[in-house]
Amino acid sequence: MLQIHCPWCGVRDEVEFCCGGESHITRPADPASCSDSEWADYQFNRLNPKGIHYERWRHTHGCRQWFNVVRDTLSHTILQVYKMGEPKPLLKGKDRLHHTGSLPKADVLRERA
Amino acid sequence: MSQNPQPKIGTRLASGGRIDRNKPLGFTFNGKAYQGFAGDTLASALLANGVKRVGRSFKYHRPRAIVSAGVEEFNALVQLESGACHEPNVRATLVELYDGLQARSQNAWPSVHFDLRCVFNGLSRLLPAGFYYKTFIAPSWGLWENTLRRAAGLGTAPRQSDPDRYQHQHTHCELLVVGAGPSGLAAALAAGEAGKRVLLIDDQPELGGSLLWESVIPGTEQWLSDALARLQALDNVRILPRTQVFAYYDHNVLAAVERVTDHLGSASPKQTHRKQTPRQRLWKIRATEVVLATGAIERPLTFVNNDRPGIMLAGAVRHYVNRYGVVPGRQVVVMTNNDDAYRTALDLAKRSAEADISVGIVDVRSNPQGPLAQRARASNIAIYAGQVITQVHCQRWGSGGVNGITIAPIDRAGRAGNHESLHLECDVVAMSGGWNPSVHLFSQSGGKLQYDDRQCCFVPAQALQNVRCVGAAQGDFERLSLINDEVSEPPEQPIQAWWQSPHQASSQQWLDFQYDITVADVEQAARENFISVEHFKRYTGTGMCVDQGKTGNVSALAVLGEVTGRKIPEVGTTKFRPPYHPVTIGALVGQTHGEFYAPSRQMPAHVWHASHGAVFEDAGSWQRPSYYLQTDETPQQAITREVQAARHCAGLFEASPLGKIEVRGKDAAEFLNRIYLNNMLTLKPGKVRYGLMLNENGIIIDDGVLACLAENHYQVGTTSAGARRILLWMEEWLQCEWLDLDVRLTPVTQQWAVCTLSGPKAREVLTQVPSELDLSAEAFPHMAVQQGILAGVPARIFRVSFTGEISYEINVPAQYGLALWQRLMEAGASVGITPYGIEALEILRTEKGYLHVGTDTDGTTCPDDVGWGGPVKKKPADFIGKRSLARAANTATGRLQFVGLAAADNQPLPIGGHLIATEKPVMPIETQGYVTSSHYSPSLNRPVALGLLKNGRQRTGEQVTVYDQGHIHTATVVSPVFYDSEGGRLNA
Repeated sequence: MLQIHCPWCGVRDEVEFCCGGESHITRPADPASCSDSEWADYQFNRLNPKGIHYERWRHTHGCRQWFNVVRDTLSHTILQVYKMGEPKPLLKGKDRLHHTGSLPKADVLRERA
Repeated sequence: MSQNPQPKIGTRLASGGRIDRNKPLGFTFNGKAYQGFAGDTLASALLANGVKRVGRSFKYHRPRAIVSAGVEEFNALVQLESGACHEPNVRATLVELYDGLQARSQNAWPSVHFDLRCVFNGLSRLLPAGFYYKTFIAPSWGLWENTLRRAAGLGTAPRQSDPDRYQHQHTHCELLVVGAGPSGLAAALAAGEAGKRVLLIDDQPELGGSLLWESVIPGTEQWLSDALARLQALDNVRILPRTQVFAYYDHNVLAAVERVTDHLGSASPKQTHRKQTPRQRLWKIRATEVVLATGAIERPLTFVNNDRPGIMLAGAVRHYVNRYGVVPGRQVVVMTNNDDAYRTALDLAKRSAEADISVGIVDVRSNPQGPLAQRARASNIAIYAGQVITQVHCQRWGSGGVNGITIAPIDRAGRAGNHESLHLECDVVAMSGGWNPSVHLFSQSGGKLQYDDRQCCFVPAQALQNVRCVGAAQGDFERLSLINDEVSEPPEQPIQAWWQSPHQASSQQWLDFQYDITVADVEQAARENFISVEHFKRYTGTGMCVDQGKTGNVSALAVLGEVTGRKIPEVGTTKFRPPYHPVTIGALVGQTHGEFYAPSRQMPAHVWHASHGAVFEDAGSWQRPSYYLQTDETPQQAITREVQAARHCAGLFEASPLGKIEVRGKDAAEFLNRIYLNNMLTLKPGKVRYGLMLNENGIIIDDGVLACLAENHYQVGTTSAGARRILLWMEEWLQCEWLDLDVRLTPVTQQWAVCTLSGPKAREVLTQVPSELDLSAEAFPHMAVQQGILAGVPARIFRVSFTGEISYEINVPAQYGLALWQRLMEAGASVGITPYGIEALEILRTEKGYLHVGTDTDGTTCPDDVGWGGPVKKKPADFIGKRSLARAANTATGRLQFVGLAAADNQPLPIGGHLIATEKPVMPIETQGYVTSSHYSPSLNRPVALGLLKNGRQRTGEQVTVYDQGHIHTATVVSPVFYDSEGGRLNA
């Protein structure tokens, strides 16, 4: 049961949310000019990283807003949360997290690239 | 050893232990009456009464007796109580004895003493690990399956509904301490007295952990009562006894089950406070920090016939003596590879005068010189060093329990031969193969383990979450410094690894006692190359029974390592998953069952339907009338009557659950044009348009009518089932992709009640209701919307039809829904207005060939398949799904197309029946589509059906065969519009 910091509502339990998969996928501006494989790539191809994943979540049982989450797929640590439409943050060299002390505070850090 | 010829098995000491000898309790086991005391468990009471045989092993049905004193028990699984309260596979070691308790053995027929299935033991060569892949497969597994499945399993499941209540509770804390033994209590005290909000959980009724059964040093009792008093005095410390933490999830969420009333005999049918108190409570805990003080579990030692009744874990033997005042036997031999088991011998020797007990120790280590060995010698306990059990002798009759052992010295090659062997009389063997720290929860949290060579066990290493292990759970077996830091014991002599008795019959050495997995099974798995520990686990079943390998897993993987030439860390452990211990389904369900399983919604005019014969069905959580049953009517007659009324005069249907979404903003039209297949830019105020919605794959996901109420103001209609889903769909596009569009969405499905007035006399009825609206055919044509005051309340009236007759969907604010319904019923009384339900609606729309998305379309259906290819070509602008429609598969021939089907006879075609090309099918056969909707039409006096057929539109007039579960029907492909194909009635 993850604890997720909704940028609008604050810290809530995972059960209030719905995961929407990989984020920062833009619909092609002119679908008619896409080849079948380009269109299929937009439709179906998704990253499946062992480590940091930029994904989107929706606060379905709350404010109903979509937002972005950076999550480590191995440890489920949430590194950052930012609003939909904001650019992808650059997280320097944090490939995998092992935590042996106290949890990082649930926060909405803004790392300027 | 003792000279007594007839030792009495099992006895209660006259004093000592934490039981209350002033409170005797009566109970029955296998129909026989016994007595125990308050503070006993069922297991301790059975042992005190000399009950040896408590069950039979899973596969071979070998007689089995109580072996442990805790959660790791794998033999004494009983059926508790009966009837609705019946619970199978309950560990007798965990049942707090109550007066009137009734329990029975399992997995034995006709009785645990004489079990017919013990023949399986003789057939053991046919039943090795994975036998079902090899034996019993000729002539076919199906022949044997029934018999074998009946023989498999341990207890039997109850057949009646659970009469108890269960509760869920959430809580937060700053520190969660799991386990209230010495280490856990110390951690809770330190944090509690520093002001932290602490939750201390222990699975026992009494706190203290190992302090309750280890007779350590003087001062233990004092330390314990002092610690408890200090904890109870703290407001910020909450203590939950009788609570088992069974799962560790992400972000420091743990789950635990509290046994609230089980110990009061809640399992008994006679229990009286069932209604007031929940039987069990499921705790969902979010902790900032977790301390696991979960202790350790002892391993059996692996030697020939180590599963016989009377062979117990050494720690458990002293647990029964010290905590319950029960001695499991009179002649006890300790069989060990470590120093800890010597404590059992010492504790027994202390009571030997009271109960005439004799004790001996057999140690595989050739030179035991540790402090405990020295104390044993000082107490005149015989120690047989460098030896191991080579044979276990049992009584032929009676309990079949141990009555002697043969031991032999171990030579340099690790062999224990037959020469120089010695026979010892005994009725209990207290075995110890070492201790495993309980790392289950730590591993579930994502923590990594490492193997401690010196202590021969896995210990916690790297944590992933905010958790640490303390005490024995950490591999720190020193207890004393916590209690009394002035006393320190010299270090124990190290354990000697002993995972199997080499050169002894490997098929007679048990590793996983519960599933009857022996060393021979490990050797076989290795021979067949199931050497990865995860493969090995599943192939042999090791650790997959009810005890989840608490005692057997480490020994088994160690043997796997020996057999495959790998060290233990190379073999590794299997993945730990919750639950740590079985959890009743009731606890997991809590109160979400029966009427609380899912919320149910009622429409605004519900009370009218209910009081006028409506038979309700659950349609997407809405309670909706299927039909209205009048006196002396069959359902079929009711439905026919409703259809005929809607076709000949007027019908009234409540359509309130229809999805409604208001779309406003200066980009509203543009947004809708992208979402729908149809051109929505040309929809003018006052007009209504039917729309198809596709997903990005070009598949139809919903349809509905869309109305333009004013400039930049629309009301979108979705199917009732799609109301929630389509709103989410629209929000996703606006929030994630088209952030630049000025559009606002407001779901208003439940804000508007809808009465659908349908039929040739519909207009006549509606004009009876006072309003300012012009309802004439010219002013209010089909596919238009009007807004205004109707019967004194605001209304939106959409002239749309799902029946094929003149039809008005009248929307009023929901609080007026019932009043409007009643008003319309009054207004239509003179023309015979009739309420109709879902069943009639289905017939009416099928007669007209109106699509029902999800029924007449499936996950592959595209617009052209249902005849909407034209509008796609005519719309130049892009919309969701358009690009996918250009894919080769979507433009190919041979796609399933929407058609009508006319049955050759008077029987409605079976829904789901496959359309095939031949009248005499031989399986397998190509399916060319299927029947999607089918009813008998009262309007046409013949059956009507719709379906999806390969190239259907080119096959009008063709005869097709319908195949359904062995039956053949014939049908002709026709237009889907059976009734009023010109649409004259619709547009009147």
